[in-house]
Amino acid sequence: MTRLEPTASPILRMEGVSKRYGGVRALANADLVVFAGRIHGILGENGAGKSTLIKILSGVVAPDAGRIVLDGAEVAFDSPAAANRAGIVCIFQELSLVPDLSVADNIAISNPPRRFGMIDRRAQRRLAEEALERAGAPDIHPMALVKDLPLSRRQMVEIAKALARKPRVLILDEATSALTAADVAKVFVVLKRLRQEGLALLFISHRMHEIAELADESTVFRNGANVATYVAGTKTDNEVVEMMIGREYSHIFPPKPAARAKGAAPLLELRNLSWGDRLRDISFTAEAGEVVGLGGLDGQGQRELLLALFGVLRGVSGEIRVAGVPVSPSSPHAAKGKRIGMALIPEDRKTEGLMLPMSVRENLSFAALPRVSKGGVIDRAREQGLVGEMIDLLDIQTAGSDAPAGSLSGGNQQKVVIAKWLMAEPRIILLNDPTRGIDVGTKQEIYMLLRRLADEGAAIVFYTTDYDELIGCCDRALVLYDGAIRRELAGAEITEHALIASALNISSEDVAAGAPAQ
Amino acid sequence: MSDWRYLLAQNRATLLSVIFFVVMFAIYTSNHPAGFSANVVQTAANKGVLLALVAMAQTFVVITAGIDLSVGAVFVLTNCVASWIVVGTAASATLGVLGVLLTGLACGAVNGLIVIYGRLQPIVATIASGAVFFGLALLLRPVPGGDVYGPLADGLTGRIFGVLPASLVALGGVVLLVWIPYSRSAIGRATYAVGSSETAAYMSGVPVDVAKFCAYLLSGFVAALGGLFLTFVTYSGEASAANGNTYTLFSIAAVVLGGVSLFGGSGSAIGAIFGALMFRTIGDLLFVFNLDPLWQPLFQGLVLLAAVCVGSARVFQVRNRLELFP
Repeated sequence: MTRLEPTASPILRMEGVSKRYGGVRALANADLVVFAGRIHGILGENGAGKSTLIKILSGVVAPDAGRIVLDGAEVAFDSPAAANRAGIVCIFQELSLVPDLSVADNIAISNPPRRFGMIDRRAQRRLAEEALERAGAPDIHPMALVKDLPLSRRQMVEIAKALARKPRVLILDEATSALTAADVAKVFVVLKRLRQEGLALLFISHRMHEIAELADESTVFRNGANVATYVAGTKTDNEVVEMMIGREYSHIFPPKPAARAKGAAPLLELRNLSWGDRLRDISFTAEAGEVVGLGGLDGQGQRELLLALFGVLRGVSGEIRVAGVPVSPSSPHAAKGKRIGMALIPEDRKTEGLMLPMSVRENLSFAALPRVSKGGVIDRAREQGLVGEMIDLLDIQTAGSDAPAGSLSGGNQQKVVIAKWLMAEPRIILLNDPTRGIDVGTKQEIYMLLRRLADEGAAIVFYTTDYDELIGCCDRALVLYDGAIRRELAGAEITEHALIASALNISSEDVAAGAPAQ
Repeated sequence: MSDWRYLLAQNRATLLSVIFFVVMFAIYTSNHPAGFSANVVQTAANKGVLLALVAMAQTFVVITAGIDLSVGAVFVLTNCVASWIVVGTAASATLGVLGVLLTGLACGAVNGLIVIYGRLQPIVATIASGAVFFGLALLLRPVPGGDVYGPLADGLTGRIFGVLPASLVALGGVVLLVWIPYSRSAIGRATYAVGSSETAAYMSGVPVDVAKFCAYLLSGFVAALGGLFLTFVTYSGEASAANGNTYTLFSIAAVVLGGVSLFGGSGSAIGAIFGALMFRTIGDLLFVFNLDPLWQPLFQGLVLLAAVCVGSARVFQVRNRLELFP
């Protein structure tokens, strides 16, 4: 790939930018210099100030101090629309698509092509097709409603939408976190082409290998300030992580216990579980003390499998046994009950995990209301005690147990979701991609916690899109493809190579032959 | 999937309301002693168009995921205003019509400003503003009365070429001149975006406030068209609380029957219009089957419930319970 030498003047420069939210300092005197024709990686833990930086650049919030210089002229944006007009377009982590409108409507939303004051549907259609093509997703029909598309396709629409605005500075904020490996590869090709076309790209990701593959240079943020900028390839992963978390960084994954003797009856046993054509004949067991990983490409039935276990799906056939007793959970309420004792940490903490405006205390109590109440009345003293224990146990950073859950950072919100379920004392814990969009430090804490819970006798079923987590965290990994278990890997068999091969449903020789490893 | 299947899927609710209306109206006319005659159609049209206009007004706001509980009051207020100023010569009546429409726009603007800048929930804001509008109507017409410019009233409530109800033609004109351009304009698109996901719309650089304001403004405008038409039908103005409340509630019923989602972001005024015509036909069906008119509210309520149940019948096919929640 060609690397352009930095041109004389950068296309974008931020100098001494600061932002406070109430008493919290989100960004303090931060600087950033971005050149055209280069991909600039941004790294940092959640709460390091990356999101605030992006929001200031894209006109969502105004900085308290500092200046932004675009093409040599100082600029200030009062809205996302203003930033767009100046050529700065951001692909947000939280999708900015309108669910009830079609793909084409969404792509052209801010400035649809018009004729006689009305939207020119044909021109819009062409525009959408072009943008989808450019984004590497020509398979998406421009007339499909966004709400009917799966998450990874929506993200591709989001990218197409950004490209349709002809940006000069394109910001990707965790834009790949919802994508399948195949889509990530396509997006990378697109991004590299855009770099050659002379765009400046800001790429924010928690996935280190993505930054390593793409970025020409990277800036690390910590505690609201930029701590270092380095040219790609001059720092090892370990050095980068140390800059991000600001402390010595050793083993990210806790050690796995040695293979133990099989117990009498497995804590969780599935026999021929099927649901329409989305789940086919799924059979596996999870013993107490075991972390079983679910892998494979996104959308191969992993989410449905967890939902089926948790009583959310109707018309599930097959058998579920908990500690040898057949059960058929008919709702999450039934699944969390004493007889089954299951918990599901959902995929989307904002909609399925938390009531954002309610307090941390209330959120923590929801799954354990029977435990904190006496005769149907909530025992505030007991509740406060348990909530305090949980906040300490997971080291949740909050202004207090009465602070609204929405005021916490992403990583801490996720901790609240996990703590909520731990309060209900489950014996089977299902997790649906719990570390998506979470900083390294919190991830590490979650890995430790999972291992400890397993050691204390829980059975854990852990779906993740991150291969490293399957390799580092799981005693066994089940790779799903098209709703069926394609392969079961145990212990040392769980390698990146084997995971990719079975995820793509090809034999491992093909992978060795050429496909790029993630 | 090919293009037309996407189109069909996205306009299914509107198409269904058209089909249901046609079936009901066929049953009605085939059992009517006079049959499918120009007279029967004209009477039905004049009644139906009143609710259709108010339902259309409601649609603009419902698409933004709001609700306008003042449409009935605007309808009554503009009726009272019209009974004062749409009088005299052709020229003065024309000015009067403009005045009535401006009144409607003003009411819509008030609602829009309260909702957007007062950050009040639409339901609360429009209950309050509706009471104010009705209060003004009472001051204008403490007792029913007034007049209207005869030729205009007769022309718009009569028949064209002796067969075609002029009111339907006028309604079609409103659809062509107001709804179609609006729904295809960038600002119309923006109101759908706001109703579907206000955050996503804002983050996409959509002018969220302007879009909402336009929806309320147009709601007031079309409600005023309704009020004007009421004056043409009754030749007078009346500050009738019953009328205001009934039309507000029926407009919501019509919108639901017409397949406009109360959660916002989807549906069409054309669906709402057929929903309104359908709702009116339900009442008329009782008449042709010689049932006591006392049954009408009960019967309309049951049909509405049934329609809503049919609309949500898909719930039984949902196999992922998470999809039950909007």
